[in-house]
Amino acid sequence: MQTVDLSTTELRELNAGLYAQMEAVTETDWEVLNPRGHHAVAVGINAPLNVDVHGSVGYYCAGMHQVGTVTVHGSAGPGVAENMMSGKVVIKGDASQYAGATGRGGLLVVEGNASSRCGISMKGINIVVRGNVGHMSAFMAQSGNLVVLGDAGDALGDSIYEAGLFVRGAVKSLGADCIAKEMRDEHVTLLQGLLDEAGIRDVSPTEFTRYGSARTLYHFNIDNAAAY
Amino acid sequence: MCGIVGLFIKDKTLESELGSMLSDMLITMTDRGPDSAGFAVYGAPGEMKITVQSTDPEADFADLAGDIRSACDVSCEVMLKDTHAVLQMTSDKADAVRTALREMGDSIRIMSAGEAIEIYKEVGLPGEVSERFELSQMSGSHAIGHTRMATESAVTTMGAHPFSTGADQCLVHNGSLSNHNNLRRELVRKGIHFETENDTEVAAAYLSNCLAQGMNLGAALESGIEDMDGFYTFVVGTKNGFGVLRDPIACKPAVLAETDQYVAFGSEYRALVNLPGIEDAKVWEPEPATVYFWER
Repeated sequence: MQTVDLSTTELRELNAGLYAQMEAVTETDWEVLNPRGHHAVAVGINAPLNVDVHGSVGYYCAGMHQVGTVTVHGSAGPGVAENMMSGKVVIKGDASQYAGATGRGGLLVVEGNASSRCGISMKGINIVVRGNVGHMSAFMAQSGNLVVLGDAGDALGDSIYEAGLFVRGAVKSLGADCIAKEMRDEHVTLLQGLLDEAGIRDVSPTEFTRYGSARTLYHFNIDNAAAY
Repeated sequence: MCGIVGLFIKDKTLESELGSMLSDMLITMTDRGPDSAGFAVYGAPGEMKITVQSTDPEADFADLAGDIRSACDVSCEVMLKDTHAVLQMTSDKADAVRTALREMGDSIRIMSAGEAIEIYKEVGLPGEVSERFELSQMSGSHAIGHTRMATESAVTTMGAHPFSTGADQCLVHNGSLSNHNNLRRELVRKGIHFETENDTEVAAAYLSNCLAQGMNLGAALESGIEDMDGFYTFVVGTKNGFGVLRDPIACKPAVLAETDQYVAFGSEYRALVNLPGIEDAKVWEPEPATVYFWER
């Protein structure tokens, strides 16, 4: 176990130490103490490491995450796991706005609430939020899945492409071109898999409603010309 | 980008620490706003206080009490702090002193007036501003600080926050308003005077106008959601109140923390990490278009 205390060690030293593991893994388990809201903690990890961050982090924690697992035992600021590629990121507390934005793969789990724009422009990432998500979540979401065990705020899935949205609680409002869809067997199987992967065993996939694209914005409709 | 910090003390034993806690928070927000910084501190309400700033303090403050006495025959107590001076007088004399100050020329500007508030602001790094005005030595019931990265108007002392447009009122802002010119025209028509071209001053004057019509801070902020367009996280102070409001889109960051001892605001959690008992505080992100306010 490698322990890095950010009250005595520079952030760059931590991230450089994590990148050094890309050459040859000498230490798989890392513990980060006193993050004190620092930005860019444990970004771009590309080695099979387990990084446990004890405390709350600021902007862009675990951004561009590639391989391994980052667990934040606290809350995360804006843009956690932004553009994550693969691997796993777990936030034990709450996540601020645009969690998992533009993510291309991997699994982001938020055990508390995520605020606005969760999964905005997601492109393949799977996001599981145990609490609620804020307004404009999954805006222009292209692929991947957003699973919300609580409620969703205004304009869920506005201008959505082919991402799948599963919400267990209430949706305050749906965004443009986002509609409720039938939950078929393949969706139940998919959702069960995501819940399993997120370590959530106390809810059933049948409790969720699926939302997705009505596909009416895919092609320009001349009747809408006056709207622009 | 700008940085906002705020503290509203609930446990009176912490009042003597207000300035030192706020100073630490303000300096943490330096990289969000290195252009200029400012803060409003609410001390124990007493006689009327007018805080002024001068571009030429050596000349203007050489005998400020004497200048005011000869201009309007009012005796004020004067406390000098770098480019700022705090004048104390009985409240019935405040208008006469204001008029005298205005007639003393353009180099003296009124920062704030009220029974509790003092506002200090200058161009420069937050740490320098805090040190020049000895923020860490100040005590009081609540305080609001701002670090500015200018977007809507020039980097000047008058463009720094907080803005005060009414007795014991102040407002700081992270964001930019898009309908401030129109709103300013409407307020000017109601007889309100503006010192700058700054969008935040319009927001402050808008709220002052609501309060002048008898609304409480919460109602004034509710009304602001309807009338103000743009990006904003506002933190507002009154003599006995402390309020927070974010626009409905809520792009501008905000974190609130509350314990039995205080309510604290930071643009980022980083600003709050040194507060006593923060590990066990209730920490949350204020909801968009939702008014939060505390009064004592």
